[in-house]
Amino acid sequence: MRFMYIVSHPGPSTNPPPEMMQAMGKLADREIKAGRMLDNGGLMPVETGARVRIADGKLSVIDGPFVEAKEVVGGYAIFELRDKEEALAMAKEFMQLHLDFMPGWEGTCELRAFAPSGP
Amino acid sequence: MTAADINRTVLAVWRIEQPRLITGLSRMLRDVPLAEELTQEALLAAIEHWPVTGVPEKPGAWLMAAAKRRALDHLRRDRMLARRHAMIALDMAQEQQAMPDWDSALDDDIGDELLRLIFTACHPCLSREARAALALRMICGLTTAEIARAFLLPEATIAQRIVRAKRTLSKSGLAYETPRGEQLSARLASVLEVVYLIFNEGYTAARGEQWLRPQLCDEALRMARVLVSIAPREPEAHGLLALMELNASRMAARTNPAGEPILLLEQDRARWDQLQIRRGMQSLGRARELGGAGGFYALQAAIVACHAQAATADDTDWPQIAEFYAQLGALVASPIIELNRAVAVGMAEGPQAALVIVERLAQEPALKAYHLLPSVRGDLLYRLGRHDEARAAFEAAAELAGNRREQDLLRRRAAEAASAAVSSS
Repeated sequence: MRFMYIVSHPGPSTNPPPEMMQAMGKLADREIKAGRMLDNGGLMPVETGARVRIADGKLSVIDGPFVEAKEVVGGYAIFELRDKEEALAMAKEFMQLHLDFMPGWEGTCELRAFAPSGP
Repeated sequence: MTAADINRTVLAVWRIEQPRLITGLSRMLRDVPLAEELTQEALLAAIEHWPVTGVPEKPGAWLMAAAKRRALDHLRRDRMLARRHAMIALDMAQEQQAMPDWDSALDDDIGDELLRLIFTACHPCLSREARAALALRMICGLTTAEIARAFLLPEATIAQRIVRAKRTLSKSGLAYETPRGEQLSARLASVLEVVYLIFNEGYTAARGEQWLRPQLCDEALRMARVLVSIAPREPEAHGLLALMELNASRMAARTNPAGEPILLLEQDRARWDQLQIRRGMQSLGRARELGGAGGFYALQAAIVACHAQAATADDTDWPQIAEFYAQLGALVASPIIELNRAVAVGMAEGPQAALVIVERLAQEPALKAYHLLPSVRGDLLYRLGRHDEARAAFEAAAELAGNRREQDLLRRRAAEAASAAVSSS
């Protein structure tokens, strides 16, 4: 089963401390080597993005920053895992790093299974 | 959490951690099969304890500590052990005192140990079937029951296979060795063969009703990804990974909602998995960079890549595919490869040129019971307007096919040919 992980947090992004980067690098390295992580990426700050929106039957383009943004998506990863339990165990391990190395940080790691593309 | 929930959590954590547990223990015990057994005991301990104590904050470290404790007990218990083991026990006891925090032990680079684990499980002294079962158990963390289900065999058969294989390894003193350099390249073939066997078992499901067993494919893919990360200079490892990623990319397009197979050229290419194709092309590129373009797996991957890169079936570069098959045939003489070349030639130059090759293969004893020979022949005859001969060939093919879905497909084609014969006469 393929899973998408989306990490989001309130407010502007802060740079994680070097210990965090190191621990995350180690975890990512393990997961790539184990053949479970297929793809991942961090995203540039939300201010540099844009939104194309449809409302009232009209299409509009809004450049960042967005005043109403409460939760900011910071990055994503795509994993190939056996089941939801395995996906949950991965997410907990990843979030535990934030707890260990970034005290006070708050955020969410959402995991979603890809819809089966088969018949 | 209910007991069943915790059980599932234990198994999930287990599968993530298991390679590290086995490699960590085998480094201490110098015996891979024994290490595997003791890590299984740690799993049982978790199944027993976690429902009572709750899932620990760092479940991986918990499992490692439990496994290490068992390794230590094992070494202490057996007083008849060789001195070398006594030394290890002493080392470990000291290590345990000096280093109560297991996290740092978990952080060790396990690449080398993992390589050893894979090469031990896939040792050429074991049968292909035993290697496959052992690899799924020791590298992928599948239970005996899961392996049995995947191979459609009784659990006892698989259990016995694993026990025998481990005994063979221990007896022959092969329980702990790491091939290096040239030896590694030579031994790699035996590993790649097993990985591909597991993949194909899942991909083609030759027996019974079930057409796809995706889990085996996923396990094989994962193993190959592990291999290329710990043996990155081996072009054929990249070649095999490329071949499997590219083949797996068509998984969703291979059957219709009724579960019937859809032939490659009739598949909806929008359903091909582009992420997987991208990964496959990268691996193929890597194999070529390493000078492995002419390798057994790389050539097969190159053929599949021709399909993956064609936007429509009509865009397929058939002359290039026929050429790759010719190179593959020069590398390993095989009537099956020749038959595949015939198909490509049929597309590149027309059915008559292909039929010449196929008729030559008709005498081949190895293909006597191979349903694809009459199936290909039927297709060529049909295209040449020889409908009655085509019908007979498709019927012969249906008789030989082992998979019911394939039989149905071939009977449908026979019926098509029969009605074409009627309307053209």
